[in-house]
Amino acid sequence: MLLSIQNLSKCYPGLPPSRAVLRNISLDLEAGKSIALTGESGSGKSTLLHLIAALDHYDTGDIKIDGTSLTGLTDRTRAEIRRTKVALVFQQYNLVPSLTVGKNLLLHARLGGRVDLDWNTTLTHRLGLADLTDRYPEQLSGGQQQRVAIGRALAVRPKLLLADEPTGNLDETASAEVLKLMLELVRKSGTSLFLVTHSAQIAAQLDRQVHLSEGVLQ
Amino acid sequence: MNVRLVIAGMIICLPHMGSAQGFAGLGTQAEGFAIPDRNTTLEFPSDHGAHPDFRIEWWYLTANLNGSDGREYGVQWTLFRTALDPGDDAGWSSPQIWLGHAGLTTADAIYFDERWARGGIGQAGVSIQPFTAWIDNWAMASPDQTLQNLTVTASGEYFAYDLAMTARGPLVRHGDNGYSVKSASGQASHYYSQPRYVVTGTLTLADGSVAVTGQGWLDREWSSQPLAEDQSGWDWFSLSFDSGSKLMGFILRSDSEDSSGDYSSGTWIDADGSATPLAPGTFQAVPLDYSIVAGRSVPVKWQVNLPEHAVSVIIQPINQQSWMGTSVPYWEGPVTISGSHTGRGYLEMTGYE
Amino acid sequence: MRGAAFGALLSHWSRHPLQLLTLVAGLALATGLWSAVQAINGEARASYARASAQLGLTGMDMLIPKNGNISVARYVELRRAGWKLAPVLEGRWLLRNGSVKLIGIDPLNHPALPAISPTGSPQLDALRSPGRIFLHPSTESQLDGHPDLPPVILTETLPTGIVLSDISLAESILGLHGQITRLIILPDQPMGLKPLADLAPELLRRAAIDTQTGRLTDSFHLNLTAFGLLSFAVGLFIVQGTVGLGIEQRRNLFRTLRAMGVSLRLLTGLLLGELMFIALVAGCLGLILGYLVAGALLPDVSATLNGLYGETVEGGITLRLSWILSGLGMAIFGTLIASAQAFANFYRMPLLLAPGVQARSLDARSSQQVMAIVGCGLIVTGSLAILLIDGLVGGFALLAGVMLGSALLLPLLLSAILAAGARTARSALSEWIWADMRAQLPGISLAMMALLLALATNIGVGTMTSSFRLTFVGWMNQRLSAEIYATVKDEQQTGEFTGWLADRDITTLPIRWAEIPYDGSPIRIYGVVDHDTYRENWPILQAQPAAWDRVFDGGGAMINEQLARRQNLWPGNILTLSQDWQIPVTGVYSDYGNPHGQVMISLPALLQQVSHVPNRQFGLRLPPKDAADLMKEIRQSFDSASISLIDQADIKARSLAVFDRTFVVTGALNLLTLGVAGFAILTSLLTLWTMRLPQLAPIWALGVSRRQLAWLEVLRSLALASLTAVLALPLGLVLAWVLLSVINVEAFGWKLPMYVFPMDWLRLLGLALIAATAAAAVPAIKLARIKPADLLKVFAHER
Repeated sequence: MLLSIQNLSKCYPGLPPSRAVLRNISLDLEAGKSIALTGESGSGKSTLLHLIAALDHYDTGDIKIDGTSLTGLTDRTRAEIRRTKVALVFQQYNLVPSLTVGKNLLLHARLGGRVDLDWNTTLTHRLGLADLTDRYPEQLSGGQQQRVAIGRALAVRPKLLLADEPTGNLDETASAEVLKLMLELVRKSGTSLFLVTHSAQIAAQLDRQVHLSEGVLQ
Repeated sequence: MNVRLVIAGMIICLPHMGSAQGFAGLGTQAEGFAIPDRNTTLEFPSDHGAHPDFRIEWWYLTANLNGSDGREYGVQWTLFRTALDPGDDAGWSSPQIWLGHAGLTTADAIYFDERWARGGIGQAGVSIQPFTAWIDNWAMASPDQTLQNLTVTASGEYFAYDLAMTARGPLVRHGDNGYSVKSASGQASHYYSQPRYVVTGTLTLADGSVAVTGQGWLDREWSSQPLAEDQSGWDWFSLSFDSGSKLMGFILRSDSEDSSGDYSSGTWIDADGSATPLAPGTFQAVPLDYSIVAGRSVPVKWQVNLPEHAVSVIIQPINQQSWMGTSVPYWEGPVTISGSHTGRGYLEMTGYE
Repeated sequence: MRGAAFGALLSHWSRHPLQLLTLVAGLALATGLWSAVQAINGEARASYARASAQLGLTGMDMLIPKNGNISVARYVELRRAGWKLAPVLEGRWLLRNGSVKLIGIDPLNHPALPAISPTGSPQLDALRSPGRIFLHPSTESQLDGHPDLPPVILTETLPTGIVLSDISLAESILGLHGQITRLIILPDQPMGLKPLADLAPELLRRAAIDTQTGRLTDSFHLNLTAFGLLSFAVGLFIVQGTVGLGIEQRRNLFRTLRAMGVSLRLLTGLLLGELMFIALVAGCLGLILGYLVAGALLPDVSATLNGLYGETVEGGITLRLSWILSGLGMAIFGTLIASAQAFANFYRMPLLLAPGVQARSLDARSSQQVMAIVGCGLIVTGSLAILLIDGLVGGFALLAGVMLGSALLLPLLLSAILAAGARTARSALSEWIWADMRAQLPGISLAMMALLLALATNIGVGTMTSSFRLTFVGWMNQRLSAEIYATVKDEQQTGEFTGWLADRDITTLPIRWAEIPYDGSPIRIYGVVDHDTYRENWPILQAQPAAWDRVFDGGGAMINEQLARRQNLWPGNILTLSQDWQIPVTGVYSDYGNPHGQVMISLPALLQQVSHVPNRQFGLRLPPKDAADLMKEIRQSFDSASISLIDQADIKARSLAVFDRTFVVTGALNLLTLGVAGFAILTSLLTLWTMRLPQLAPIWALGVSRRQLAWLEVLRSLALASLTAVLALPLGLVLAWVLLSVINVEAFGWKLPMYVFPMDWLRLLGLALIAATAAAAVPAIKLARIKPADLLKVFAHER
């Protein structure tokens, strides 16, 4: 099991357990499979995603990624997991504005020490960015920027790709195109995908769908 | 080289006679200064005082002492006078310059200090009414005009002493009734001594005071004449034998390789105080052993012979490192005598580079 | 991994070169001004130390008499008590042209002196008649033409302006037989001595440097240091702004990097490394700048020191390792301080949530309050310091407290004023302008604090120098009452000259003085003859009735303000010049531009106490219109080389020139500080610029043209600068008051009346507005020329 979540709960400080953001979540994701998490705004989708990405701490329960439990890890080890095992695609792309597209594409891989130029070239071409590598992010359209973000994440060849509303900022055409590309590349690289979306239409394109409502998985 | 060094050179190179040649034109006969005269008769108490018309002069006391702690000590108290010009003036413009040296030697240490003063302002001088020789807080003082009873005091950063001395014999006039010849070419000085003091007093060192008793020897000498040009230094002995007789002897070393140019002389003093000048060359002293002192090789063991008095003795210092590191440095310290005669005394060696 | 992360961090600067330039320039300016002051002070101290070493005084203590001189007999007593001391006789040797400091020593006991004991040729002749005088070649010209000079020996190993000789020669030249000015306490004293305090209760023990003009020059250097520190602080405001911006703009980058597995520790380390690297580079540039500035200012500093204290600073600026290290240290230390807040923000920055804009402005408000509280605390502390700590340090503590405290109060004050202004707004646009200005305050308040400090300093220091100048001119007009001042060659000529003048019915006022040591430094005693010139013209501060009559009767003394304040002697007190020379003080007069004490008594009283008082200087009273003719006539009747004449106008012009030179450095530093503050505003505005587009775009969309927006931008900057300038005025006046009434009294010994110069304030306000306009111009022009598409982008990026 690539991702295994058991009895996970998360509470924000100062709030009673009855108002926990996440309550008793259990979920498994097999290697190479994809899962879509849907839910209303404020249902706790992003929180769950951040917990899986080792960006945030949970209160009880456990998350295992590729057999490694995130419970009680030091910041350093958590950072290492983020560098090598998981990769994130954000709704706002979060590209580095002062680096060119080409450098942005390689950034995560270089941080993780996993640069594979052939794979990078493949990604660049497949994402249609080959002619844009010398540009800066601000010179790209939203769809192009998101493709760079996806390329940057996949360049690491992560075991798990986490995506938070990756097409939330894009119009319908661009959104469909980007999603299609992402799914194709995820399949091609054998990466598991955990995607957060509020769109049932998008969720339907993934292997599995789960729904989060007021912190409880349904 | 500084002013003090030059002036120190002018005197130190003379004690027990003379001056090196190179310093500030002192190598030549002194213009305007009085010259020692064979016909001069020493007169006391006036000759205990200063002779400002002569270029150089000193009041030189050495003492061999035993402490109540059972240890041996040597003490030196010297007041030098040198004149830039003959005569004296009141105030800072006096040409008279005074230099004091005080030393205290133990078996394993030597303490010394040096004081400077201009004449004319009262910081240093010699008076004869009563007799007092002083520089700063150092003094050699008598209750009267004679040298019969003296108190001697000095202090430095790490030592101090306070001695009382009583003479047990007459003054001794060296050479020809006080006219002492220093070289074959006739340089001379006026020279007399009181070689027989009984001493009591207190020495103060960093770890406390110690009472001492012993014997002292005072030299008085003045001159204006430098040494002969080829003389480089001297070795001077004042020896007190347990038999009661005493021997003052010196060798003025020449520059030459062998000792052929050395000039030696001295005075034999019987137990009753009667003195006999020694003919030049009869006093013999040969180094037996050398030691490194203040970075230079200095003879620290001597064979001294005076055949006419059947003297054949070995001279060894109490402390081989008795180095006076003053403006012009020299070796000065207490010695013990063994061989044909036993006893103790003082040794001074200069000119060892 | 590190390389990639560091590269990503640094790439920010390549996209924002102006920001980098600002940061480096701000830091370089701060370091540069500070290092320049340090270099100047270091050079001056080295010069004093060299002089001290050349006189053999390094590390020595001195004995100085509480008043009068030490007799040679006293010296001998102390020597005979065992103390190893060396006598020094010092005095002014009145030469043909002016005077020179003559130091007489006893070479037998003085600490080793290179001058008198050169290798190879000992100066024995110095000890015997006629003696020798030793001096630096550059001092030689001062002796030109003086008759009967002893043989002169030139040596590079003496300070300039000093003549050294054996004490016997000095005695006779100075006419001070049997007297000693001070005793040097030599090292290695013998054991068992009685304490000097018991042996010689009339003598005071001082460190060698203290006995000379050390205390006075110290105050000058403290002044310079304070200025340097101020510039440094102002420069740090720039650094603070840019570092904050650099971190602010990269928040997203930090978050992204962390999401990609860069740990907080590594990121912090990398950021620190980046800053230190920038600090080092900027520090090096600052050192170069400081070196150049110091080199340019040193001659003026030397002139100032010479004008104020008669001390010369020789040579140029030399590079010292300690200076380089301390400069770089200051750059790094300053960067760390200036970026502490930004770092704290960075460290607290949540990994996930984007910070709410609302939260930040709340943050700003509470930090304004914290700053204001700290500011009040600083003002109170400074005020307490002047009450509790005596002297210059207390004065500077007061200054630092008031200045810094007021700066910290500024944001809250500005905010309150803007809030009040907002209530007056009628139109929607003006409402927005007020609100916008207030919203911008957190970003620009640091720059305004810098401006406040710079303006207040300018007002304060300007008021001080202008008040001083005005007082000085008034004083000079009173004091320089004689129409012509004459100095004759020698005293033989005196009779001839005064007789000649008497034939022409011209009043001659002899100017005769003797210098004696008093409480460790020399004071001059003038002997004057009865004339209304003194009664009518002398600038009296305080006097008893008929004060001059009592002086002329021999029963009183007028003293200068310096002496009065230092010794707390006022009319009615007794001035004790020596044990048998005591005179009641009848009046105190002002005497500027002179660090030393001064006494005026009747000429017979002076001659009775001091045997040899030169009589070669005169003031001539005659109708002013006749002065030029008389000078011509004197020149015709006497050998023109033997009598030097100077008329009143000339001497006034010369004095003013000296005065003005004295404050050149102050002026230069003042201007530089203002420049740095202007730069700080520019930085802040540029910094804000990038963050402002999202705020301006909606206004533009609502129908305000870009040109209008640009003008508003400039107006906003002007308004804030004017507000700050208005607030700086009272602060500057407080500063001026502290300088005139506290610092001046401590540093120079005189208190000055304060005059205000509103025209100067206007000029300064103008300067501040120009600086603000110039600073706002760049962003305003950018704004006026911005493409509408760029403004639209704001909307595109907004969600």
